[in-house]
Amino acid sequence: MKRGLLLKSYAQHKYFFLMLLPVLVYYGIFHYGPMYGVVIAFQDYQFLKGVSGSPWVGLDNFRELFGGLYFGTVLRNTLIINFYKLLFGFGAPILLALLINEVRVKWFKKTVQTISYLPHFLSWVVLAGMLIEILSPSRGPINMVLTMLGLEPIFFISEPSWFRTILVSSDIWRSIGFASIIYLAAIAGINPEMYEAAEVDGISRVQKIWHITIPSIAPVIVIMLILNSGSIINDDFEQVFNLLNAKVMGVGDVLSTYTYSEGLLKMNYSYAAAVGLFKNVVALALVLTANYIASKLSDDTIF
Amino acid sequence: MKSNASVSDRIFVILVYVILGGLSITTLLPMMQAVTISLSPPEVVNSYGFHLIPFEFDFTGYERVMQYGALWTAYGNTIVRTLLGTLITLIMTFLGAYPLSKRSLPNRKLWTGVIVLTMFFSGGLIPSYLLIKGLGIMNTMWSLVLPGAVSAFMLLIVRNFIIGLPESLEESAKIDGANDIVILFRIVLPLSLPIIATVGLYSGVGHWNAWFDSMIYIQDEKKQVLQMILRKILLEGQDVSVEAGAGSTAQAVNSETVKMAALVVSVLPILLVYPFLQKYFVKGTLMGSVKG
Repeated sequence: MKRGLLLKSYAQHKYFFLMLLPVLVYYGIFHYGPMYGVVIAFQDYQFLKGVSGSPWVGLDNFRELFGGLYFGTVLRNTLIINFYKLLFGFGAPILLALLINEVRVKWFKKTVQTISYLPHFLSWVVLAGMLIEILSPSRGPINMVLTMLGLEPIFFISEPSWFRTILVSSDIWRSIGFASIIYLAAIAGINPEMYEAAEVDGISRVQKIWHITIPSIAPVIVIMLILNSGSIINDDFEQVFNLLNAKVMGVGDVLSTYTYSEGLLKMNYSYAAAVGLFKNVVALALVLTANYIASKLSDDTIF
Repeated sequence: MKSNASVSDRIFVILVYVILGGLSITTLLPMMQAVTISLSPPEVVNSYGFHLIPFEFDFTGYERVMQYGALWTAYGNTIVRTLLGTLITLIMTFLGAYPLSKRSLPNRKLWTGVIVLTMFFSGGLIPSYLLIKGLGIMNTMWSLVLPGAVSAFMLLIVRNFIIGLPESLEESAKIDGANDIVILFRIVLPLSLPIIATVGLYSGVGHWNAWFDSMIYIQDEKKQVLQMILRKILLEGQDVSVEAGAGSTAQAVNSETVKMAALVVSVLPILLVYPFLQKYFVKGTLMGSVKG
Protein backbone atom coordinates (compact mmCIF):
# COMPACT_ATOMS: atom_id res chain seq x y z
CA MET A 1 0.00 0.00 0.00
CA LYS A 2 3.08 2.22 -0.10
CA ARG A 3 2.33 3.30 -3.63
CA GLY A 4 -1.17 4.30 -2.62
CA LEU A 5 0.23 6.50 0.13
CA LEU A 6 2.66 8.13 -2.28
CA LEU A 7 -0.11 8.85 -4.78
CA LYS A 8 -2.20 10.33 -1.99
CA SER A 9 0.71 12.52 -0.98
CA TYR A 10 1.05 13.73 -4.57
CA ALA A 11 -2.67 14.50 -4.63
CA GLN A 12 -2.36 16.45 -1.39
CA HIS A 13 0.49 18.48 -2.85
CA LYS A 14 -1.17 19.12 -6.20
CA TYR A 15 -0.84 22.90 -5.91
CA PHE A 16 2.86 22.58 -5.20
CA PHE A 17 3.34 20.44 -8.28
CA LEU A 18 1.30 22.92 -10.29
CA MET A 19 3.87 25.54 -9.29
CA LEU A 20 6.80 23.22 -9.87
CA LEU A 21 5.56 22.15 -13.30
CA PRO A 22 6.73 25.16 -15.36
CA VAL A 23 10.15 24.96 -13.70
CA LEU A 24 10.47 21.25 -14.46
CA VAL A 25 9.34 21.85 -18.04
CA TYR A 26 11.95 24.62 -18.30
CA TYR A 27 14.71 22.30 -17.02
CA GLY A 28 13.49 19.55 -19.32
CA ILE A 29 13.73 21.75 -22.40
CA PHE A 30 16.67 24.08 -21.75
CA HIS A 31 18.95 21.85 -19.69
CA TYR A 32 18.06 18.23 -20.38
CA GLY A 33 17.35 19.05 -24.03
CA PRO A 34 21.00 19.98 -24.72
CA MET A 35 22.14 17.01 -22.60
CA TYR A 36 20.25 14.75 -24.97
CA GLY A 37 21.42 16.80 -27.95
CA VAL A 38 25.02 16.05 -27.08
CA VAL A 39 24.62 12.65 -28.77
CA ILE A 40 25.40 14.48 -32.01
CA ALA A 41 29.03 14.18 -30.90
CA PHE A 42 28.67 10.53 -31.96
CA GLN A 43 26.92 11.38 -35.23
CA ASP A 44 27.59 13.10 -38.50
CA TYR A 45 24.95 15.68 -37.70
CA GLN A 46 23.04 17.40 -40.48
CA PHE A 47 20.63 20.11 -39.44
CA LEU A 48 17.88 19.13 -41.91
CA LYS A 49 17.89 15.51 -40.77
CA GLY A 50 17.94 16.38 -37.07
CA VAL A 51 19.25 14.29 -34.20
CA SER A 52 17.06 11.29 -35.01
CA GLY A 53 17.85 11.21 -38.74
CA SER A 54 21.59 11.88 -38.79
CA PRO A 55 23.92 8.90 -39.31
CA TRP A 56 25.84 7.47 -36.35
CA VAL A 57 29.62 7.47 -36.67
CA GLY A 58 30.65 6.09 -33.28
CA LEU A 59 33.86 7.64 -31.99
CA ASP A 60 34.99 9.11 -35.33
CA ASN A 61 34.71 12.69 -34.11
CA PHE A 62 36.81 11.91 -31.06
CA ARG A 63 39.40 10.13 -33.24
CA GLU A 64 39.60 13.22 -35.42
CA LEU A 65 39.86 15.33 -32.29
CA PHE A 66 42.73 13.48 -30.63
CA GLY A 67 44.45 12.87 -33.95
CA GLY A 68 44.34 16.54 -34.96
CA LEU A 69 47.44 18.66 -34.49
CA TYR A 70 45.60 21.87 -33.73
CA PHE A 71 43.46 20.32 -30.99
CA GLY A 72 46.68 19.53 -29.12
CA THR A 73 47.66 23.20 -29.29
CA VAL A 74 44.24 24.28 -28.06
CA LEU A 75 44.23 21.81 -25.19
CA ARG A 76 47.75 22.83 -24.16
CA ASN A 77 46.80 26.54 -24.26
CA THR A 78 43.74 25.84 -22.13
CA LEU A 79 45.64 23.85 -19.52
CA ILE A 80 48.56 26.28 -19.31
CA ILE A 81 46.39 29.40 -19.03
CA ASN A 82 44.03 27.85 -16.49
CA PHE A 83 46.85 26.33 -14.48
CA TYR A 84 48.44 29.75 -14.09
CA LYS A 85 45.08 31.30 -13.28
CA LEU A 86 44.56 28.74 -10.53
CA LEU A 87 48.15 28.94 -9.28
CA PHE A 88 48.24 32.74 -8.96
CA GLY A 89 44.54 33.47 -8.81
CA PHE A 90 43.40 31.04 -6.13
CA GLY A 91 45.59 32.39 -3.35
CA ALA A 92 45.19 36.06 -4.29
CA PRO A 93 41.70 36.62 -2.79
CA ILE A 94 42.73 34.74 0.38
CA LEU A 95 45.69 37.07 0.74
CA LEU A 96 43.47 40.09 0.08
CA ALA A 97 40.98 38.97 2.74
CA LEU A 98 43.80 38.51 5.26
CA LEU A 99 45.11 42.01 4.49
CA ILE A 100 41.68 43.68 4.61
CA ASN A 101 41.07 41.98 7.96
CA GLU A 102 44.15 43.72 9.39
CA VAL A 103 42.78 47.19 8.59
CA ARG A 104 41.33 48.92 11.65
CA VAL A 105 40.39 52.21 9.95
CA LYS A 106 36.79 51.66 8.94
CA TRP A 107 36.47 54.06 6.00
CA PHE A 108 39.67 52.74 4.46
CA LYS A 109 38.46 49.16 4.78
CA LYS A 110 35.10 50.01 3.18
CA THR A 111 36.69 51.99 0.36
CA VAL A 112 39.12 49.19 -0.51
CA GLN A 113 36.27 46.67 -0.56
CA THR A 114 33.98 48.85 -2.67
CA ILE A 115 36.71 49.54 -5.23
CA SER A 116 37.97 45.99 -5.43
CA TYR A 117 34.47 44.54 -6.00
CA LEU A 118 33.72 46.94 -8.85
CA PRO A 119 35.27 45.10 -11.85
CA HIS A 120 33.08 42.08 -11.04
CA PHE A 121 30.04 44.09 -12.17
CA LEU A 122 31.42 45.07 -15.57
CA SER A 123 31.25 42.90 -18.67
CA TRP A 124 34.37 41.59 -20.38
CA VAL A 125 33.47 43.74 -23.37
CA VAL A 126 33.89 46.84 -21.22
CA LEU A 127 36.91 45.46 -19.39
CA ALA A 128 38.62 44.48 -22.64
CA GLY A 129 38.01 47.98 -23.98
CA MET A 130 39.66 49.50 -20.91
CA LEU A 131 42.45 46.94 -20.90
CA ILE A 132 43.38 47.74 -24.48
CA GLU A 133 43.69 51.41 -23.50
CA ILE A 134 45.81 50.66 -20.43
CA LEU A 135 48.12 48.43 -22.50
CA SER A 136 48.18 50.78 -25.47
CA PRO A 137 51.71 51.38 -26.80
CA SER A 138 51.12 55.13 -27.15
CA ARG A 139 48.62 56.02 -24.42
CA GLY A 140 48.92 53.36 -21.73
CA PRO A 141 50.67 54.01 -18.42
CA ILE A 142 52.65 50.76 -18.55
CA ASN A 143 54.28 51.60 -21.85
CA MET A 144 54.78 55.16 -20.67
CA VAL A 145 56.89 53.82 -17.81
CA LEU A 146 58.79 51.56 -20.22
CA THR A 147 59.49 54.48 -22.55
CA MET A 148 60.68 56.65 -19.66
CA LEU A 149 63.11 53.91 -18.72
CA GLY A 150 64.40 54.07 -22.28
CA LEU A 151 62.84 50.77 -23.35
CA GLU A 152 60.82 50.06 -26.46
CA PRO A 153 57.02 50.09 -26.00
CA ILE A 154 55.38 46.65 -26.18
CA PHE A 155 52.20 45.79 -28.10
CA PHE A 156 51.00 43.61 -25.22
CA ILE A 157 47.67 42.53 -26.73
CA SER A 158 49.12 41.20 -29.98
CA GLU A 159 52.40 39.90 -28.59
CA PRO A 160 52.27 36.08 -28.24
CA SER A 161 54.85 36.03 -25.44
CA TRP A 162 52.70 38.40 -23.37
CA PHE A 163 49.19 37.22 -24.15
CA ARG A 164 48.85 34.55 -21.47
CA THR A 165 50.28 36.89 -18.86
CA ILE A 166 47.65 39.44 -19.84
CA LEU A 167 44.88 36.85 -19.51
CA VAL A 168 46.05 35.62 -16.11
CA SER A 169 46.69 39.04 -14.60
CA SER A 170 43.50 40.64 -15.89
CA ASP A 171 41.52 37.68 -14.58
CA ILE A 172 43.00 38.14 -11.11
CA TRP A 173 42.48 41.91 -11.36
CA ARG A 174 38.80 41.38 -12.08
CA SER A 175 37.97 38.64 -9.59
CA ILE A 176 40.27 39.20 -6.60
CA GLY A 177 37.93 41.56 -4.73
CA PHE A 178 34.69 39.70 -5.11
CA ALA A 179 36.28 36.32 -4.46
CA SER A 180 37.65 37.62 -1.17
CA ILE A 181 34.12 38.06 0.28
CA ILE A 182 33.78 34.41 1.23
CA TYR A 183 37.11 34.39 3.03
CA LEU A 184 36.31 37.64 4.84
CA ALA A 185 33.07 36.07 6.07
CA ALA A 186 34.97 33.00 7.22
CA ILE A 187 37.48 35.18 9.07
CA ALA A 188 34.65 37.12 10.72
CA GLY A 189 33.35 33.83 12.09
CA ILE A 190 36.53 33.03 14.01
CA ASN A 191 36.12 33.05 17.78
CA PRO A 192 37.77 36.29 19.08
CA GLU A 193 38.85 34.51 22.26
CA MET A 194 41.51 32.73 20.24
CA TYR A 195 43.11 36.06 19.37
CA GLU A 196 42.76 37.33 22.92
CA ALA A 197 44.53 34.26 24.26
CA ALA A 198 47.29 34.80 21.71
CA GLU A 199 47.68 38.44 22.72
CA VAL A 200 48.42 37.37 26.29
CA ASP A 201 51.32 35.40 24.89
CA GLY A 202 52.45 38.54 23.06
CA ILE A 203 52.69 37.13 19.55
CA SER A 204 52.89 39.41 16.52
CA ARG A 205 50.15 40.08 13.99
CA VAL A 206 51.85 38.04 11.31
CA GLN A 207 52.09 35.09 13.70
CA LYS A 208 48.39 35.46 14.53
CA ILE A 209 47.53 35.22 10.85
CA TRP A 210 49.77 32.20 10.41
CA HIS A 211 48.77 30.29 13.55
CA ILE A 212 45.13 31.28 14.05
CA THR A 213 43.49 32.86 11.01
CA ILE A 214 44.73 30.55 8.25
CA PRO A 215 44.10 27.27 10.14
CA SER A 216 40.61 28.52 11.08
CA ILE A 217 39.59 29.23 7.49
CA ALA A 218 41.27 26.12 6.07
CA PRO A 219 37.94 24.26 5.61
CA VAL A 220 36.60 27.10 3.48
CA ILE A 221 39.81 27.13 1.45
CA VAL A 222 39.45 23.37 0.81
CA ILE A 223 35.83 23.75 -0.32
CA MET A 224 36.72 26.62 -2.65
CA LEU A 225 39.56 24.54 -4.09
CA ILE A 226 37.10 21.71 -4.83
CA LEU A 227 34.64 24.08 -6.45
CA ASN A 228 37.44 25.60 -8.52
CA SER A 229 39.07 22.35 -9.59
CA GLY A 230 36.93 22.17 -12.74
CA SER A 231 38.33 25.54 -13.81
CA ILE A 232 41.56 23.91 -14.96
CA ILE A 233 39.66 22.88 -18.11
CA ASN A 234 36.72 25.32 -18.07
CA ASP A 235 38.14 28.45 -19.63
CA ASP A 236 36.59 31.90 -19.47
CA PHE A 237 35.16 32.30 -22.97
CA GLU A 238 34.00 35.89 -22.50
CA GLN A 239 37.46 37.00 -21.43
CA VAL A 240 39.53 35.12 -23.99
CA PHE A 241 37.21 35.80 -26.91
CA ASN A 242 37.20 39.56 -26.36
CA LEU A 243 40.98 39.76 -26.15
CA LEU A 244 41.88 37.16 -28.78
CA ASN A 245 43.29 38.36 -32.11
CA ALA A 246 44.88 36.74 -35.14
CA LYS A 247 48.45 37.25 -33.91
CA VAL A 248 47.97 35.36 -30.64
CA MET A 249 45.79 32.44 -31.80
CA GLY A 250 48.69 30.00 -31.35
CA VAL A 251 49.00 30.75 -27.64
CA GLY A 252 45.51 31.98 -26.80
CA ASP A 253 42.97 29.82 -28.65
CA VAL A 254 41.32 27.70 -25.94
CA LEU A 255 38.69 24.93 -25.87
CA SER A 256 35.66 27.23 -25.64
CA THR A 257 36.81 29.63 -28.38
CA TYR A 258 37.76 26.63 -30.52
CA THR A 259 34.32 25.06 -29.97
CA TYR A 260 32.74 28.34 -31.03
CA SER A 261 34.76 28.78 -34.20
CA GLU A 262 34.51 25.12 -35.26
CA GLY A 263 30.81 24.80 -34.45
CA LEU A 264 29.21 28.15 -35.14
CA LEU A 265 31.55 29.69 -37.71
CA LYS A 266 32.56 26.58 -39.68
CA MET A 267 29.36 24.69 -38.78
CA ASN A 268 31.13 21.44 -37.94
CA TYR A 269 28.38 20.81 -35.39
CA SER A 270 29.26 17.24 -34.48
CA TYR A 271 32.99 17.84 -34.20
CA ALA A 272 32.46 20.96 -32.05
CA ALA A 273 29.93 19.11 -29.87
CA ALA A 274 32.62 16.45 -29.31
CA VAL A 275 35.08 19.15 -28.21
CA GLY A 276 32.47 20.53 -25.80
CA LEU A 277 31.54 17.10 -24.47
CA PHE A 278 35.19 16.26 -23.87
CA LYS A 279 35.57 19.48 -21.88
CA ASN A 280 32.44 18.93 -19.78
CA VAL A 281 33.26 15.31 -18.95
CA VAL A 282 36.79 16.20 -17.86
CA ALA A 283 35.46 19.09 -15.74
CA LEU A 284 32.94 16.80 -14.03
CA ALA A 285 35.60 14.18 -13.40
CA LEU A 286 37.90 16.80 -11.88
CA VAL A 287 35.26 18.05 -9.44
CA LEU A 288 34.35 14.49 -8.40
CA THR A 289 38.02 13.56 -7.96
CA ALA A 290 38.80 16.67 -5.92
CA ASN A 291 35.77 15.98 -3.76
CA TYR A 292 36.85 12.36 -3.25
CA ILE A 293 40.38 13.35 -2.26
CA ALA A 294 39.04 15.97 0.14
CA SER A 295 36.70 13.43 1.72
CA LYS A 296 39.68 11.15 2.37
CA LEU A 297 41.74 13.94 3.90
CA SER A 298 39.09 15.68 5.97
CA ASP A 299 35.37 16.20 6.49
CA ASP A 300 35.18 19.19 4.18
CA THR A 301 33.35 18.07 1.06
CA ILE A 302 30.53 19.49 -0.98
CA PHE A 303 28.49 16.30 -1.42
CA MET B 1 54.35 47.04 25.32
CA LYS B 2 56.71 44.41 24.09
CA SER B 3 58.90 46.53 21.86
CA ASN B 4 60.06 43.85 19.46
CA ALA B 5 56.61 42.63 18.50
CA SER B 6 55.15 46.12 18.25
CA VAL B 7 57.86 47.39 15.89
CA SER B 8 57.34 44.49 13.51
CA ASP B 9 53.59 44.97 13.89
CA ARG B 10 53.88 48.60 12.90
CA ILE B 11 55.93 47.78 9.80
CA PHE B 12 53.39 45.09 8.92
CA VAL B 13 50.45 47.48 9.26
CA ILE B 14 52.15 50.07 7.05
CA LEU B 15 52.77 47.35 4.48
CA VAL B 16 49.09 46.32 4.61
CA TYR B 17 47.95 49.88 3.89
CA VAL B 18 50.46 50.33 1.09
CA ILE B 19 49.45 47.09 -0.64
CA LEU B 20 45.71 47.73 -0.32
CA GLY B 21 46.12 51.34 -1.45
CA GLY B 22 48.14 50.15 -4.43
CA LEU B 23 45.51 47.57 -5.33
CA SER B 24 42.73 50.17 -5.18
CA ILE B 25 44.66 52.52 -7.45
CA THR B 26 45.37 49.70 -9.91
CA THR B 27 41.67 48.93 -10.03
CA LEU B 28 40.61 52.53 -10.53
CA LEU B 29 43.32 53.51 -13.01
CA PRO B 30 41.79 51.88 -16.13
CA MET B 31 38.39 53.35 -15.29
CA MET B 32 39.78 56.83 -14.76
CA GLN B 33 41.71 56.63 -18.00
CA ALA B 34 38.55 55.64 -19.86
CA VAL B 35 36.66 58.62 -18.45
CA THR B 36 39.53 61.01 -19.19
CA ILE B 37 39.87 59.89 -22.79
CA SER B 38 36.11 60.16 -23.29
CA LEU B 39 36.26 63.80 -22.22
CA SER B 40 39.36 64.83 -24.19
CA PRO B 41 39.69 66.04 -27.77
CA PRO B 42 41.24 63.35 -30.02
CA GLU B 43 44.40 65.39 -30.70
CA VAL B 44 45.21 65.56 -26.99
CA VAL B 45 44.54 61.86 -26.54
CA ASN B 46 46.98 60.98 -29.27
CA SER B 47 49.74 63.48 -28.60
CA TYR B 48 49.98 63.61 -24.80
CA GLY B 49 49.82 59.94 -24.00
CA PHE B 50 48.68 58.79 -20.58
CA HIS B 51 47.14 61.31 -18.21
CA LEU B 52 44.43 61.06 -15.57
CA ILE B 53 42.92 64.51 -15.60
CA PRO B 54 41.74 65.92 -18.94
CA PHE B 55 43.96 68.80 -20.16
CA GLU B 56 41.12 70.12 -22.23
CA PHE B 57 37.45 69.25 -21.98
CA ASP B 58 35.72 68.21 -25.16
CA PHE B 59 32.31 66.63 -25.47
CA THR B 60 32.38 65.73 -29.17
CA GLY B 61 32.84 62.09 -28.23
CA TYR B 62 29.59 62.10 -26.31
CA GLU B 63 27.87 64.16 -29.00
CA ARG B 64 28.75 61.59 -31.63
CA VAL B 65 27.66 58.74 -29.39
CA MET B 66 24.37 60.57 -28.79
CA GLN B 67 23.76 60.78 -32.53
CA TYR B 68 24.51 57.11 -33.09
CA GLY B 69 21.03 55.61 -33.45
CA ALA B 70 22.07 51.94 -33.36
CA LEU B 71 23.53 52.38 -29.89
CA TRP B 72 20.28 53.77 -28.51
CA THR B 73 18.17 51.09 -30.18
CA ALA B 74 20.46 48.59 -28.51
CA TYR B 75 20.16 50.44 -25.22
CA GLY B 76 16.39 50.05 -25.43
CA ASN B 77 16.70 46.36 -26.27
CA THR B 78 18.97 45.83 -23.29
CA ILE B 79 16.54 47.59 -20.96
CA VAL B 80 13.62 45.47 -22.23
CA ARG B 81 15.72 42.33 -21.99
CA THR B 82 16.86 43.15 -18.46
CA LEU B 83 13.34 43.87 -17.20
CA LEU B 84 11.64 40.95 -18.93
CA GLY B 85 14.44 38.51 -18.14
CA THR B 86 14.59 39.49 -14.50
CA LEU B 87 10.82 39.22 -14.13
CA ILE B 88 10.78 35.73 -15.65
CA THR B 89 13.71 34.68 -13.47
CA LEU B 90 12.05 35.92 -10.29
CA ILE B 91 8.74 34.22 -11.01
CA MET B 92 10.27 30.92 -12.13
CA THR B 93 12.81 30.78 -9.32
CA PHE B 94 10.08 31.24 -6.72
CA LEU B 95 7.75 28.76 -8.37
CA GLY B 96 10.57 26.22 -8.13
CA ALA B 97 11.96 27.13 -4.72
CA TYR B 98 8.72 27.28 -2.75
CA PRO B 99 7.46 23.70 -3.33
CA LEU B 100 10.98 22.33 -2.85
CA SER B 101 11.18 24.06 0.53
CA LYS B 102 8.32 21.83 1.81
CA ARG B 103 9.63 18.88 3.75
CA SER B 104 6.38 17.01 3.18
CA LEU B 105 6.71 17.14 -0.63
CA PRO B 106 6.77 13.56 -2.00
CA ASN B 107 10.08 12.60 -3.66
CA ARG B 108 11.49 15.98 -2.68
CA LYS B 109 15.09 14.77 -2.94
CA LEU B 110 14.52 13.41 -6.43
CA TRP B 111 12.95 16.63 -7.74
CA THR B 112 15.69 18.72 -6.16
CA GLY B 113 18.29 16.38 -7.62
CA VAL B 114 16.88 16.78 -11.11
CA ILE B 115 17.58 20.50 -10.84
CA VAL B 116 20.91 20.34 -8.97
CA LEU B 117 22.37 17.90 -11.51
CA THR B 118 22.37 20.68 -14.11
CA MET B 119 24.96 22.54 -12.01
CA PHE B 120 27.52 19.84 -12.66
CA PHE B 121 26.89 18.76 -16.22
CA SER B 122 25.55 20.47 -19.30
CA GLY B 123 25.19 19.68 -22.97
CA GLY B 124 27.45 22.53 -23.96
CA LEU B 125 27.38 25.28 -26.54
CA ILE B 126 26.55 23.41 -29.75
CA PRO B 127 23.56 21.37 -28.49
CA SER B 128 22.17 24.51 -26.81
CA TYR B 129 22.54 26.47 -30.03
CA LEU B 130 20.83 23.74 -32.05
CA LEU B 131 18.03 23.60 -29.47
CA ILE B 132 17.31 27.32 -29.84
CA LYS B 133 17.41 26.91 -33.60
CA GLY B 134 15.10 23.89 -33.42
CA LEU B 135 12.63 25.68 -31.15
CA GLY B 136 12.34 28.43 -33.76
CA ILE B 137 13.10 31.25 -31.33
CA MET B 138 16.24 32.44 -33.11
CA ASN B 139 16.32 36.19 -33.61
CA THR B 140 13.70 36.79 -30.90
CA MET B 141 13.88 38.16 -27.38
CA TRP B 142 12.96 34.68 -26.07
CA SER B 143 16.35 33.29 -27.10
CA LEU B 144 17.92 35.80 -24.69
CA VAL B 145 15.60 35.53 -21.68
CA LEU B 146 14.56 31.86 -21.61
CA PRO B 147 17.71 29.68 -21.78
CA GLY B 148 19.21 31.06 -18.55
CA ALA B 149 15.92 31.83 -16.81
CA VAL B 150 16.47 29.71 -13.71
CA SER B 151 19.86 29.12 -12.14
CA ALA B 152 19.96 26.01 -9.95
CA PHE B 153 22.32 27.83 -7.62
CA MET B 154 19.90 30.74 -7.10
CA LEU B 155 16.99 28.35 -6.70
CA LEU B 156 18.82 26.60 -3.86
CA ILE B 157 19.59 29.92 -2.18
CA VAL B 158 15.93 30.93 -2.33
CA ARG B 159 14.79 27.50 -1.16
CA ASN B 160 17.11 27.68 1.85
CA PHE B 161 15.84 31.17 2.62
CA ILE B 162 12.21 30.02 2.60
CA ILE B 163 13.05 27.01 4.78
CA GLY B 164 14.42 29.52 7.29
CA LEU B 165 11.11 31.42 7.52
CA PRO B 166 8.97 30.77 10.64
CA GLU B 167 6.53 27.95 9.91
CA SER B 168 3.85 29.14 12.36
CA LEU B 169 2.77 31.95 10.00
CA GLU B 170 1.91 29.53 7.23
CA GLU B 171 0.11 27.17 9.58
CA SER B 172 -2.17 29.85 10.95
CA ALA B 173 -3.01 30.95 7.39
CA LYS B 174 -3.85 27.36 6.54
CA ILE B 175 -6.24 27.18 9.50
CA ASP B 176 -7.92 30.28 8.07
CA GLY B 177 -8.49 28.28 4.90
CA ALA B 178 -5.84 29.76 2.60
CA ASN B 179 -4.54 27.38 -0.08
CA ASP B 180 -0.86 26.96 -0.98
CA ILE B 181 -0.90 29.49 -3.80
CA VAL B 182 -2.52 32.14 -1.62
CA ILE B 183 0.06 31.44 1.08
CA LEU B 184 2.87 31.90 -1.44
CA PHE B 185 1.64 35.29 -2.60
CA ARG B 186 0.31 36.68 0.68
CA ILE B 187 2.82 35.37 3.19
CA VAL B 188 5.97 33.87 1.73
CA LEU B 189 6.61 36.49 -0.96
CA PRO B 190 6.31 39.56 1.31
CA LEU B 191 8.67 37.95 3.81
CA SER B 192 11.12 37.15 1.04
CA LEU B 193 11.78 40.69 -0.16
CA PRO B 194 15.51 40.65 0.74
CA ILE B 195 16.13 37.49 -1.28
CA ILE B 196 13.98 38.83 -4.14
CA ALA B 197 16.28 41.85 -4.29
CA THR B 198 19.34 39.60 -4.36
CA VAL B 199 18.05 37.30 -7.11
CA GLY B 200 16.69 40.24 -9.10
CA LEU B 201 19.96 42.15 -9.01
CA TYR B 202 22.03 39.08 -9.94
CA SER B 203 19.73 38.46 -12.87
CA GLY B 204 19.58 42.13 -13.85
CA VAL B 205 23.34 42.63 -13.93
CA GLY B 206 23.71 39.37 -15.84
CA HIS B 207 21.28 40.54 -18.51
CA TRP B 208 22.79 44.01 -18.71
CA ASN B 209 26.27 42.59 -19.31
CA ALA B 210 25.30 39.68 -21.57
CA TRP B 211 26.37 39.75 -25.21
CA PHE B 212 27.37 36.26 -26.35
CA ASP B 213 23.81 34.94 -26.62
CA SER B 214 22.88 38.01 -28.62
CA MET B 215 25.87 37.47 -30.90
CA ILE B 216 24.90 33.89 -31.78
CA TYR B 217 21.10 34.05 -31.64
CA ILE B 218 20.26 37.52 -32.98
CA GLN B 219 20.97 38.28 -36.64
CA ASP B 220 18.87 41.42 -36.99
CA GLU B 221 20.99 44.48 -36.17
CA LYS B 222 17.94 46.32 -34.81
CA LYS B 223 17.44 43.60 -32.18
CA GLN B 224 21.04 43.57 -30.93
CA VAL B 225 21.78 44.36 -27.31
CA LEU B 226 23.96 47.16 -26.00
CA GLN B 227 27.04 45.08 -25.17
CA MET B 228 27.14 43.76 -28.75
CA ILE B 229 27.04 47.22 -30.28
CA LEU B 230 29.63 48.35 -27.75
CA ARG B 231 31.76 45.36 -28.70
CA LYS B 232 31.55 46.35 -32.34
CA ILE B 233 32.55 49.94 -31.58
CA LEU B 234 35.32 49.07 -29.10
CA LEU B 235 36.85 45.90 -30.43
CA GLU B 236 35.84 45.61 -34.06
CA GLY B 237 36.19 49.30 -34.86
CA GLN B 238 32.71 49.74 -36.37
CA ASP B 239 32.41 53.33 -37.53
CA VAL B 240 29.97 55.39 -35.50
CA SER B 241 29.87 58.22 -38.01
CA VAL B 242 28.23 56.23 -40.82
CA GLU B 243 24.81 56.29 -39.27
CA ALA B 244 25.25 59.52 -37.40
CA GLY B 245 25.67 61.35 -40.69
CA ALA B 246 28.75 63.09 -39.32
CA GLY B 247 31.04 61.45 -41.84
CA SER B 248 31.61 64.72 -43.64
CA THR B 249 33.97 65.95 -40.94
CA ALA B 250 36.42 63.31 -42.23
CA GLN B 251 37.33 62.21 -38.71
CA ALA B 252 39.64 59.26 -38.20
CA VAL B 253 37.55 56.10 -37.84
CA ASN B 254 36.22 55.92 -34.28
CA SER B 255 38.62 58.04 -32.34
CA GLU B 256 39.49 56.72 -28.89
CA THR B 257 37.33 59.53 -27.56
CA VAL B 258 34.22 58.11 -29.18
CA LYS B 259 35.05 54.56 -28.07
CA MET B 260 35.50 55.54 -24.45
CA ALA B 261 32.41 57.76 -24.49
CA ALA B 262 30.34 54.77 -25.65
CA LEU B 263 31.93 52.67 -22.91
CA VAL B 264 31.15 55.21 -20.19
CA VAL B 265 27.56 55.61 -21.39
CA SER B 266 27.00 51.86 -21.23
CA VAL B 267 28.37 51.33 -17.70
CA LEU B 268 26.66 54.38 -16.21
CA PRO B 269 23.46 52.55 -15.12
CA ILE B 270 25.55 49.90 -13.36
CA LEU B 271 27.58 52.55 -11.52
CA LEU B 272 24.40 54.39 -10.46
CA VAL B 273 22.94 51.34 -8.72
CA TYR B 274 26.32 50.01 -7.60
CA PRO B 275 25.86 50.78 -3.88
CA PHE B 276 22.72 48.57 -3.81
CA LEU B 277 24.31 45.99 -6.05
CA GLN B 278 27.31 45.63 -3.83
CA LYS B 279 25.28 45.09 -0.66
CA TYR B 280 22.95 42.51 -2.15
CA PHE B 281 25.61 40.71 -4.14
CA VAL B 282 27.69 40.25 -1.00
CA LYS B 283 24.59 38.91 0.73
CA GLY B 284 23.86 36.52 -2.13
CA THR B 285 27.39 35.14 -2.22
CA LEU B 286 27.35 34.52 1.51
CA MET B 287 23.93 32.87 1.50
CA GLY B 288 25.14 30.57 -1.24
CA SER B 289 28.21 29.60 0.72
CA VAL B 290 26.39 28.69 3.91
CA LYS B 291 24.46 25.75 2.55
CA GLY B 292 25.63 25.63 -1.05
